[in-house]
Amino acid sequence: MLKVIQVEAKLFLREGTSVAFAVLFPTILLLVLGAIPALRTPDPKFAGLRFIDGYAGTLVVITLAFLGLQRLPAAVATYRERGVLRRLGTTPMHPGKLLAAQLLVNLLAAVVSVVLVVGVGKAVFDIALPHSPFGFLAAVLLGAAALFALGLVIAALAPTAKAAAGWATLAFMLIMFFGGAYLPRFLLPDVLNTIGQYLPPGVAALQDSWIGTAPSLLHLAIMTLIALLAGTVAAKTFRWE
Amino acid sequence: MAIIEVVDLGKRYGPKVAVDEVSFTVEEGEIFGILGPNGAGKTTTVECVEGMRVPDRGTIRVDGLDPRRDRDALRQVLGVQLQESQLPDRIKVREALDLYSSFYPDPADWRELMARLGLEEQRNAEFGKLSGGQKQRLSVALALVGKPRIAVLDELTTGLDPQARRDTWDLIEGVRDSGVTVLLVTHFMEEAERLCDRLAVIDAGRVVAIDTPAGLVSRVDSTQRVRFRPSTPIDLALFRDLPEVSEAREHGGRIHLTGHGNLLHAVTSVLARNQVVAAELRIDQASLDDAFVELTKREK
Repeated sequence: MLKVIQVEAKLFLREGTSVAFAVLFPTILLLVLGAIPALRTPDPKFAGLRFIDGYAGTLVVITLAFLGLQRLPAAVATYRERGVLRRLGTTPMHPGKLLAAQLLVNLLAAVVSVVLVVGVGKAVFDIALPHSPFGFLAAVLLGAAALFALGLVIAALAPTAKAAAGWATLAFMLIMFFGGAYLPRFLLPDVLNTIGQYLPPGVAALQDSWIGTAPSLLHLAIMTLIALLAGTVAAKTFRWE
Repeated sequence: MAIIEVVDLGKRYGPKVAVDEVSFTVEEGEIFGILGPNGAGKTTTVECVEGMRVPDRGTIRVDGLDPRRDRDALRQVLGVQLQESQLPDRIKVREALDLYSSFYPDPADWRELMARLGLEEQRNAEFGKLSGGQKQRLSVALALVGKPRIAVLDELTTGLDPQARRDTWDLIEGVRDSGVTVLLVTHFMEEAERLCDRLAVIDAGRVVAIDTPAGLVSRVDSTQRVRFRPSTPIDLALFRDLPEVSEAREHGGRIHLTGHGNLLHAVTSVLARNQVVAAELRIDQASLDDAFVELTKREK
């Protein structure tokens, strides 16, 4: 099993663009936005916080959405379409372990990316470290679980790798939009922001635990519920070939 | 001793009958071929043997194991090469071999296997960059890395160029010589004739014949045809008098003879007695091709 994880990690790292996007892009985006003076000046609109403080949660959303809704479903659907899972099914290794390794590798990438954003944010722009470290950890992990599970549902239900990529991209755009990646959340109408709170990976919980006080338990519970529901659907409908 | 036993196997997908009734046994240490036209049920049959499909009826024993019930034990003794199954594009040859060998408690030395299959130079090449022949060789290597007692190879040489195909055949003979029983699925006559100790011909989900390649050929009409250009004109009656000749005619300066038995010997004797030299001598004999066409035609 260790070898499977090792190989999957190597394969992940060999995909240069996904590494760059998933792991480095949020940090680069932070640096670019932070380079604009107006965005790092305290603004009464955010109760005296800066734009980049308010955007912090969204950076995590970008990472998780990219890994969970672009990388993961594409990798899994391609493995199925090309018979990688089927081939593994003829050996003593269960192909489910390959999926487990995929999840783990993507989760590790997410953690690295988030640590990088938090670290660079603190070092360069003095963005506070998460006020509620455990709340933040929980928000990241549960948010990742919910999005990854959705990614697996897409991989399970899509008939081909191409279809999976199409569906996943649509979901990716929606999640990015509601997570405030395109338009900062303070510009979104209340109703969209409210929807965004309950969509995975839960931008509100990320934001609250980072620069607020603590994530709302309701938000975390909803992410858990989505993870469990989507996970069950994915497991029940998954085809190995 | 039979290492694979298939009795009355049947499998349908919805209304479509893939395997109607298939029975055969494979002896330990032989190369057993499953030959048939596309859609005959070859792949479904071996997939049932591999435990990848649940048969609707019939019993299968592989090295004494039930492929469904003893799935885990079967995976230890069976090495499988699937039709059209690939690896991730970015995985390197040595990584794939190392990975697959880690699945087995007592694997073969994958470095040695890599050398034996002529993949040494490609050890650091990524799967997506390999040629068709190299991919097939890697696929065979992965099927053998667990030191299986039985190797199931499905459409091994489809899509390979003639040289790569011949190299792969040498390889399979080497595998058999190392004591591994080989179950080979193919639709190439030449491949079956060259490699298989015995063959099951499957058509429309049924076994129409099981025999050695030579045995199958001898089952069909043993008509032979000889044609040649005589150095000097010769009377056709000399040939018609031979018991081996059933038909003799001349066309465009060439003599065409049809017959059976030891036709060639009889004809050359006549030519020698009459001091005639045969130029452009051609002999057509029934091949496995003919046998195959004949056997599968009869069923329809």
